[in-house]
Amino acid sequence: MIAYTIRRLLAAIPILVVSSFIIFWVASMSADPIRQRFEGRNPPPPAATIQLERERLNFDAGFFRQYWDWLWGLVVHQNFGPSINSAMDIGGELGRRTVITLRLVLLAMILALVLAVVTGVLSAVRQYSKLDYTFTFLGFLFLAMPSFWLAVVLKQGAIAFNDSVEGSLNRRPIPTINHEASVVPEDFWPRMMDIGLHMVLPTISLALITYAALSRFQRSSMLEVLNSDYIRLARAKGLSARRVMVRHALRTALIPLTTVSALGIASILGGAVVTETVYQWRGMGDLLVNAVRDQDRYVTMGWLLVAGLFVIIGNLVADLLYAVLDPRIRYE
Amino acid sequence: MSDPIQTVPPADPPGRVEREFTVKERTQTQIVLSRFLRHRAAVVSLIVLALIILWAYVVQRIWPHPYDWLDGPGSAAPSLEYPFGTDEVGHDYFARVMRGAQQSLNVAFLVALLSTAIGAPYGAIAGYFGGRVDMVMMRIVDVMLTLPVIAVAGMLTQYLRGTWWVVALILAGFGWVVNARVVRGVVLSLRQQEFVEAARALGASDARVIFRHLIPNVTGVIIVQATLDIAGAILAEAGLSFIGLGVQGPDTSLGLLTNLAQEAVGTRPWLFYFPGLTIIAIALTVNFIGDGLRDALDPRQTRQRR
Amino acid sequence: MTDIQLDPAPTSSDVLLDVENLTVGFPTDDGLVQAVRGVTYQLRRGESLGIVGESGSGKSVTSLAVLGLLPRTAQVTGSVRLQGEELLGKTEDQYAKIRGNKIAMIFQDPLTSLNPVYRVGYQLSEAVLAHHDVSKKAALDRAIELLGIVGIPYPEQRVNAYPHELSGGMRQRVVIAIAMANNPDVMIADEPTTALDVTVQAQVLEALEAARAETGAALILITHDLGIIAGRTDRVCVMYAGKLVESGSVDDVFYRPRMPYSLGLLGSLPRLDESGRERLTPIVGAPPSLVNLPPGCPFTPRCPIAQEVCEGVEPDLTPTDSAGHHAACHFHDRLIGAKPGQLFTVTSTELEAPAELEVKA
Repeated sequence: MIAYTIRRLLAAIPILVVSSFIIFWVASMSADPIRQRFEGRNPPPPAATIQLERERLNFDAGFFRQYWDWLWGLVVHQNFGPSINSAMDIGGELGRRTVITLRLVLLAMILALVLAVVTGVLSAVRQYSKLDYTFTFLGFLFLAMPSFWLAVVLKQGAIAFNDSVEGSLNRRPIPTINHEASVVPEDFWPRMMDIGLHMVLPTISLALITYAALSRFQRSSMLEVLNSDYIRLARAKGLSARRVMVRHALRTALIPLTTVSALGIASILGGAVVTETVYQWRGMGDLLVNAVRDQDRYVTMGWLLVAGLFVIIGNLVADLLYAVLDPRIRYE
Repeated sequence: MSDPIQTVPPADPPGRVEREFTVKERTQTQIVLSRFLRHRAAVVSLIVLALIILWAYVVQRIWPHPYDWLDGPGSAAPSLEYPFGTDEVGHDYFARVMRGAQQSLNVAFLVALLSTAIGAPYGAIAGYFGGRVDMVMMRIVDVMLTLPVIAVAGMLTQYLRGTWWVVALILAGFGWVVNARVVRGVVLSLRQQEFVEAARALGASDARVIFRHLIPNVTGVIIVQATLDIAGAILAEAGLSFIGLGVQGPDTSLGLLTNLAQEAVGTRPWLFYFPGLTIIAIALTVNFIGDGLRDALDPRQTRQRR
Repeated sequence: MTDIQLDPAPTSSDVLLDVENLTVGFPTDDGLVQAVRGVTYQLRRGESLGIVGESGSGKSVTSLAVLGLLPRTAQVTGSVRLQGEELLGKTEDQYAKIRGNKIAMIFQDPLTSLNPVYRVGYQLSEAVLAHHDVSKKAALDRAIELLGIVGIPYPEQRVNAYPHELSGGMRQRVVIAIAMANNPDVMIADEPTTALDVTVQAQVLEALEAARAETGAALILITHDLGIIAGRTDRVCVMYAGKLVESGSVDDVFYRPRMPYSLGLLGSLPRLDESGRERLTPIVGAPPSLVNLPPGCPFTPRCPIAQEVCEGVEPDLTPTDSAGHHAACHFHDRLIGAKPGQLFTVTSTELEAPAELEVKA
């Protein structure tokens, strides 16, 4: 299995190289970020300043040369390249923001999984009951809801709540913007508390959007298992209904969900970008939106690498979990 | 009758009831149709979606306040005259939302069409031929899947100026991958089944096997996936436009309307909620229709109602 | 304990399983499917009963109803009594105490009957632990012992195998071992060999015999294959369109059938014991749909001796010329001494498809 893991990670390298090349190609087609930045400045900056900037960003080299220099710098010097914003260290920035976004994504994922398993299993066990129809409708509703819309609605709700209690509490209990307070508390526990409170709304938004599809999936895989011959045999053995449900049905029906949720990392990242925008987090989402807007191509490239790595690790984890949970799957 | 055993079956007396098949035979289309009609949510959704389409494409043209006229008071709350209110410069917001819905639906339909047209044959070929062909084709899909839609779509719409069809082309450029994977999966499993092996053993050509045996069997999956594409595209367009990386002015869309309204959500909430509700209505009805189609087209479905 | 009787005549206390007028219906879009329409049979201690019929005749549904394993949508009426105790209407928990303990079941498809994610030994010892308060170690030892009884080589190793690592025949023997785990009074085997190769069938049937010998359980053997019934059961019931159409001893039903359908079944069975070359005689047509079944005998459209009365009145199981032999046919007395070839047209194997393909079984 270790050999398999290593092989899979090695196989991921060419995929990342190709996709980064595509991004680089797309980025180089777009408008010149330097001209865009200096456009309309009065007086226009001296030609020497523009030339210096072009050299710093390595824009005068040929297209393939630029890409090669970036790749070389990355592999040999772990340097993600220069940003339009000369003060930014792309590598460090990516690291800081990945931590911020990852804690949102992971927590939302866990919450979504719990919700999905509970509603999906209940729906399947009580198929065609009022409960099933209610969960099904809720699932469809969240599936149809744009992530930003739900986020804004929750945010407005929290603002209204804060307004109503501000008078008596003398503070606004639920933070609605940013991933931490503007003045970060020094001590450990207040700091954790602050981070946790800031996570409440984004986590709920992202989890609700994510759980819907997983719940539908869990319902159908649970139904499939419940109608299987081995569940019938388990009942014919005289096992208690509870044991049939937990040990045989749920245990087996969780295997596909594990796989699907690990594969879903990519789409959750997309949802996280939008959610972060609404709550004005300074995480990966904000970094990307600004990079794209400013044509900051090396930041975009770095972002792609991190996101691509998430996707590849997600896929790998999905496959490995599958092998652990299902004895029929073996990797050499 | 002297012979205790009659060896010849008695002749059918006239008017003898047809006894063997007391259930009327139905054609495939009838079965699919009746199954779909039984899915109440899907039928209601179909009607609602038809009304939304009518509203976006037809009512918009005959509505007394065209979407690009500045003939209303600024920032008026919803009223009989302006059902969705007006925006800060005096556009009738009802007309704006209708126009936005039309553009968003345009995007969604085009995405579904292109994704299916590219993805279905791609997946069918990969699944049918398998082996090295499949491996190469699926590597390309893997690369596509590692590309973050938001990043690439954002860069492209910035560069190409986001009119609705540019956004649609970009979304389809990513969306077809899903269709390809779904169709490939079905074809892979069909390929192993006896009737395909039988057709091959009888000397049917690849083309014949694909068109006569595989395509009819994946049609259901393709149709269902196409409806899901519509819902996915509506949401993707909205998400991209909301963060400013999708449809750009002067063109409009439901996502762009919410983007422009996000500052106003506290003071003039109608500007944000009406386009959002329209997005939900479209995506919800399309998903229900897709669910109904899946139930109706899946031959293994025998839904028992209590 | 009771009075000593020199000649123990069968009394009601001998009856282990008493199924009376059992009906099962499934609501569907086209109407109620009447899968079982009033089945009555009794099973005595240690006895073996064969139930024969085509697929869709309701034989599996009958036994699933006995164990309470039908989907909740099924509408079940009638009575199923085990040692005088009514089973229908029991709660799931009450039923669980009977399943596997008093009545055990073996299903048709061994490839899908075992949970793919658990080891064979786990699934076996789980059955033991469901009804016995023993340690896990003891249950596992019992599992190994059971695997040995059903003829699985190297049971100490196989107990750690996952189902997918075993062949179909092996897996079916594991299912048999699970069924006998708690020394049940009744074992119901539903087409236990249908999904298997002919060579493996014999081994599985041997395992079934071994399980019976070990537990002394009564057996209900459900099959469409008359060859499996012969020599393995004391009595036979023939099912058609959700009803029993003939019941009696194996000899009665096999050599003196009194219902045209049974006769037809026998005529479509290739036999090696007959001298000379007998032609196969298929039953023309297909069984009726069980939705909106018209009045009268359901076999009428396929029956070579059908008369007008058959279309209007459905015959009940009535005693025939020999004791303990019942048939549901208005004209069962006309079949005395009949051979399949006299009733059903012989196929011309030279001109048409091979006879085996015509056999609807």
